[in-house]
Amino acid sequence: MIDDRELEVLINEVYEYHGFDFGGYSRASLKRRVDRLYQLDGFSNFSEMLSKVRSEPGYFKRMVEEITVNVTEMFRDPLFYKVLREEVLPILGTKPFIRFWHAGCSSGEEVYSMAILLKEANLLHKSLLYATDINPIVLDTAKKGIFPLQMMKQYSENYMTSGGKKDFSHYYTANYGFAKFGEDLSEKMVFSEHNLVSDGSFNEFDLILCRNVLIYFDKDLQERALCLFDESLAKLGYLALGTKETIKFSPIQNRFRQLNREKIWRKTE
Amino acid sequence: MEKNRIISGCKLLIIGGSAGSLEVLMKILPGLNTLPSFAIVLVLHRKSTEDTTLEELIAIKTNIPVREVEDKTPLLPGYLYVAPSDYHLLFEKNDVLSLDISEKVNYSRPSIDVSFESAAEIYGKSLVGLLLSGANADGTEGLLAIKKAGGTTVVQNPESAQMPTMPQNAITYTAPDYILDIEHILKFITLINS
Repeated sequence: MIDDRELEVLINEVYEYHGFDFGGYSRASLKRRVDRLYQLDGFSNFSEMLSKVRSEPGYFKRMVEEITVNVTEMFRDPLFYKVLREEVLPILGTKPFIRFWHAGCSSGEEVYSMAILLKEANLLHKSLLYATDINPIVLDTAKKGIFPLQMMKQYSENYMTSGGKKDFSHYYTANYGFAKFGEDLSEKMVFSEHNLVSDGSFNEFDLILCRNVLIYFDKDLQERALCLFDESLAKLGYLALGTKETIKFSPIQNRFRQLNREKIWRKTE
Repeated sequence: MEKNRIISGCKLLIIGGSAGSLEVLMKILPGLNTLPSFAIVLVLHRKSTEDTTLEELIAIKTNIPVREVEDKTPLLPGYLYVAPSDYHLLFEKNDVLSLDISEKVNYSRPSIDVSFESAAEIYGKSLVGLLLSGANADGTEGLLAIKKAGGTTVVQNPESAQMPTMPQNAITYTAPDYILDIEHILKFITLINS
């Protein structure tokens, strides 16, 4: 176990040596992740961990991969996707061209879920899905569109609850315990590294999805990210957050109107 | 069991439960009036659906105001909080709750161990941990952490539990400060900070 002071030292050193700033991350979760890594890699004391992080770029990569949470699933919170399907996409569909941004996309399960919705709404051909994450390793997985086959039963149930009518299995090819999703889904996806802590706006979007990412940030960093989303949204664009996240305490809320009870807000000006 | 000392200086009572624990809470909660000097947090194993049925069910049974937990919800004395489904519930230094969707622990999210350990780090001696009925081993590590941090640990008497595995496991590995039947749990809670 590392203590609070050691965690702050690690945060400072990581910034100094690698330019990644974890200073705005919520400490409770970050400390748990760092502790987990400390135990996983069998360090006997903190300075041993620190020097490895400083001097081995490969190990630093591993650290970023392990301390950022990459748990995600397809059609997580199916009723959220149902609202997208029934209320948001019909409106976006009237545009000649639709841009999406999945901020903090992890291994891409939500991006593929969105592509399925778009395909079924016959909108994928005029859509572009930007998907970004701080972690290049998960982006590689996302690009491939290969997910564990054992998850498909649950994803298929989620898909149906979200209002999906097709046989979910026709979207992927099963092989050696993995499900590979078709290139007809991924051809409109653009994957890229982007750090919500330090990088800026890079395009204008009609829907930004950032679900269960802000929970790892403190209030100040949340505010930064929300302003970035505000800047990056077109007029009347939508912002979607996780089921327990909100813009309620942010100054940007004045420019947004919430859709019913869902964690979807529409920019009003 | 130790001598029946009255708990003082408690800021947080954290309650963990799994199968059979809701029945216990339904008996205890109506007996509690306002508890203005500390907060109660419930961490119950629940289905990963997104509705708030559990919160509503609990709110009906108690006079203590129930607060829905969202990311960075302030933890205030006098309120009862329920860990939402499909998130781990953590505690921050500035009396704020935070959420985490990392891997399940003990096949559970929320996991009782995760919340107990996090609460122990922040609240130390000012924490009381109570573990109720359940069919797995979640909660034992968490109680150990609470004990180590100087907090008070209470376990439901397995003989009074619908599912004795969870409290029994905790008793075997942690030597809790109190092992109590349902009615004594109620009495114990009303005496906190009194």
